[in-house]
Amino acid sequence: MSAATLDDTTVPKGQTPRKGHGRIRSRWAPYVTVLKYALLLFFLVFFLMPVYALVVTSLKDPAEVGVDTVWNLPSTLSFDSFATVWPKLQDGLVNSLMLAIPASLISSLLGAANGFVLSKWRFPGADFVFPLILFGMFIPYQSVLIPMTETMSFLGLKGGLDGLILVHIIYGLPLTTLIFRSYFAGISDEIVEAAEVDGAGMLRTFFHVALPVAPPAFAVAIIWQFTSAWNDFLFGAVLTTNRAYWPVTIALNNIAGGQAVPFNEAMASALIACLPTLLVYILLGRFFMRGLMAGALKG
Amino acid sequence: MRRFRRWGPALLLVSPSLLLIGLFVYGFAGWNAKVSTSTSRGYQISDDYIGTDNYEKLFADERFGLDVRNVLIFTLVFVLGAMATGLVLALLLERGIRFESFFRSSFIFPMALSLIAVGIVWRWLLKGGEPVGGLNKVFDSLGLDFLVGDWYQSGSSWAIASIALPAGWALSGYIMALFLAGIRGVPDELREAARVDGANEPRVFWHIVRPMLWPVVMSALVILAHISLKTFDLLLAIVPKGNLGLDTPAMYMWYTSFDGGFYGRGATIATLLLAGIALVIVPYIWYSVRSERKK
Repeated sequence: MSAATLDDTTVPKGQTPRKGHGRIRSRWAPYVTVLKYALLLFFLVFFLMPVYALVVTSLKDPAEVGVDTVWNLPSTLSFDSFATVWPKLQDGLVNSLMLAIPASLISSLLGAANGFVLSKWRFPGADFVFPLILFGMFIPYQSVLIPMTETMSFLGLKGGLDGLILVHIIYGLPLTTLIFRSYFAGISDEIVEAAEVDGAGMLRTFFHVALPVAPPAFAVAIIWQFTSAWNDFLFGAVLTTNRAYWPVTIALNNIAGGQAVPFNEAMASALIACLPTLLVYILLGRFFMRGLMAGALKG
Repeated sequence: MRRFRRWGPALLLVSPSLLLIGLFVYGFAGWNAKVSTSTSRGYQISDDYIGTDNYEKLFADERFGLDVRNVLIFTLVFVLGAMATGLVLALLLERGIRFESFFRSSFIFPMALSLIAVGIVWRWLLKGGEPVGGLNKVFDSLGLDFLVGDWYQSGSSWAIASIALPAGWALSGYIMALFLAGIRGVPDELREAARVDGANEPRVFWHIVRPMLWPVVMSALVILAHISLKTFDLLLAIVPKGNLGLDTPAMYMWYTSFDGGFYGRGATIATLLLAGIALVIVPYIWYSVRSERKK
């Protein structure tokens, strides 16, 4: 530790300075720390405020609910608001599960194959193809909606969940490909080469060498795809014509989107629609974060 | 033949994905551009060709002019707000904070929520007028009366800027995560060396960390700007239908195509939207891929 590391005003006599911290501690350090925590608490309140409003309002007796009393705690717990909106959202929740689960699984599996090929079995032109795939991640969906409705109704895939699943698989591919490509790039080439020397072809190497080590990447890809498919609105709104097939976001917008809806019902429906992805985030946030960072092309 | 044996299986494995992406991304975007040069309406795509008529009409369209102005105001306020908030949060959390992961998760969780739900909640929190409620109530009871306002309902030409608040709420945590990763990616030896030379922490940040954050600033800007241009779900959930004061190109495209069946005009707006986003995204992808190859 160098001589210049510690300002002696901050270290009382007889106390040994903490090792490994080469910082100059200014005499303002304690105030800075207090200020930091104060600001963090302020931001914490700001970020959690809408959640508080959601939960508290949904649990109030409908008679007690008002925009002006939104911050008051409920005087009695009531599940009436949930009971009112549940029947309207039930089908939407089932539909969203039925579409988000297969879409995220298939998209991840195809992404794993693409990612493997693009990192370990680069065919001539692979470096040209990859950026083209990536662009699909950023494309505004508005610019494909009209041809998509036309194509899907031509194929007879408009209206139900099948077409929606297909679309979510395809537009999920750029990100899943990216996730697996980065993941497999981190695996040493020697393992792949060793398999090749042993006479394994590309497919065998993929199935027996790459896939067995890929579960962490699958966790990231599946969780992220599940969340995006669940939260999607545009594709669902264009491709489902019958309310029996509405995903939960469409149902939510139609129930709680109007200005005439009671405040408590709007909050209870929003809470129900958010709960699954929120649970995924709370339980598996680590993987969610990696998907998020991959989306920024930062690996 | 040997070449095929080497690359054939790999190409076969990726070709379904490549074909689908080629068709659904590039094929559809191209087709959409073609629709923008036709008279398509009544929920029908027609095969005629009218050149740039739709574009000329759109540029003369008062509503579209307003939409472009709105989306630019929104982008400005949202991008700057989310960048500043994200950076401040990252600096606050950067080191030695207890419960760091709790704070971090609490700032990022909005990313996991549907923007329709986020919009519904904020639509109520930002309600103006009587009775005083939501966020206005908070300002009111804190004595911050000057912050009480009508937000998106104000009818002011800057009303769209109030949507930056929920949008920033949803995305600042993401920007924080990007900055945090950037700050922590700065090698410890560099900071240590500056400290040994007698630099205090603010100077270490300014002279060592800050110059290395430019790539993060660039990616955060690109990501926010492109999200901002695309913003749709949030607006749809907050803005009452027919309120043109808060209209944007993405909203106009939606209503004219799927409420009115004016595919020609909708495709024209969508093509312009795609061009705007490509302008930001293509250099970004090019830069990312190139810097990866250099490694």
